[in-house]
Amino acid sequence: MKLFKQSAKHSIKFFLNGNQVEGFAEPNLLLSDFLRKEIGATGTHVGCEHGICGACTVKLDGEAIRACLCLAIQVEGRDVVTIEGLADTEGSLGIIQKAFHENFALQCGFCTPGFLTTLDHYLKINPTPTEKELREVYSGNMCRCTGYDEIIRASLEAANELLKIKTLNLK
Amino acid sequence: MAKKDSELKKMKPAPFDLCVAQSVKEVVSLLKQNKGDAKILAGGQSLMAMLNMRLVKPNLVIDISRIKDLDYIKITKEFVEIGATFTQSKLENWPKLQEIFPIIASVLPHVGHFQTRNRGTVCGSVCHSDPSSELPLLLALLNGEVVLSSTSGTRIISAKDFQTGMLSTACETHEFVTAIRFPIMAKKYGHAFIEIARRHGDYAIVALAAIATKDSIKLGVGGVADIPSILELKPGDLSNLSDALNTFAWSLDANDDIHASAKYRREIVRRLGESTLRKACNEII
Repeated sequence: MKLFKQSAKHSIKFFLNGNQVEGFAEPNLLLSDFLRKEIGATGTHVGCEHGICGACTVKLDGEAIRACLCLAIQVEGRDVVTIEGLADTEGSLGIIQKAFHENFALQCGFCTPGFLTTLDHYLKINPTPTEKELREVYSGNMCRCTGYDEIIRASLEAANELLKIKTLNLK
Repeated sequence: MAKKDSELKKMKPAPFDLCVAQSVKEVVSLLKQNKGDAKILAGGQSLMAMLNMRLVKPNLVIDISRIKDLDYIKITKEFVEIGATFTQSKLENWPKLQEIFPIIASVLPHVGHFQTRNRGTVCGSVCHSDPSSELPLLLALLNGEVVLSSTSGTRIISAKDFQTGMLSTACETHEFVTAIRFPIMAKKYGHAFIEIARRHGDYAIVALAAIATKDSIKLGVGGVADIPSILELKPGDLSNLSDALNTFAWSLDANDDIHASAKYRREIVRRLGESTLRKACNEII
């Protein structure tokens, strides 16, 4: 059992996009605020802060979750992937990011990190999604600019691209 | 990079001590010590939102998500038991779900969203006891049970006795839910589920679930009254279904809220209640 007292800061060590990092958090600090304000990883956006809009979605141990419904202390020793972690190792756009860029699947970009991290996890479970399945998954993400059609198109293209690479690697 | 302390102080939840528990024993002794001033955090998909909106301000939050003994699903002759940290997405992906509980399989996609199911637990949804959430409705419809643990041991109560009102349950302050049980139905049954919500995955304005065997038919309704309501019928009642549904709709203590009026909710029960029941019955004919 470990007790974290209120109004005191506690050291949290975890993996952020593959690198071990350390930050300090009070028990009531949300993961979303911890990432942005303490760690300085501002790619994760904060919208409604009670689990409705999906903008703050990150991956925790590989699964897409709401960072605003998770406490910073809960990620101790765990693996967190944010939008920053979806870029290629050289820092250029990753496959999913590129597909969104090329299909005009973002306008203001506020919701985009949540869509990308959600898709990154979902394509690992279902590499060949249909439009209907994608729309169902994206019911947990709100976008007020694009009307979703471009997002669906980009997601289908990203899935195809990833499949192509997978089959090339198998050969 | 790191911002000033004053900015970090603007936190959504009110301050609390956080205890990361490793065993059920630790949790029950903490609950006993803290006499009602503690909240259990499993997946946090309801509690964290309540904390963020400061609707609850506990002095102590006990995180049970790292207790490995509670992350299980087991199947016996009588029931399927689900541990307190078993997530909704794990249940969704449980290989036997479709075969044993096709009704749960058809309802789970309506429970929150992909991202909230990855973290939200089955037991947590039942504990939160929101009038419009789907899992408490199913537990009531299928005559499920809730396993509660405290320093003096465990007790098992029926879903009907567990859900006492809107966001309130029979769980005492010194105990917590360690598992829930869905009884396995002996006979083959037909099932149906229909939900009216503003957006897929939102809380239901009205949720209707029905199961039917050759000699009994049940309709469960969520989102209308403070707790799930169940209508039990015999196959003979099907000839006069609209009267039965009308009486049932009037018997519900329906609520008005920002999403819909009580009148509208009762009308949904009358109209969609009939199609839900008929769909479930048609599956066994």
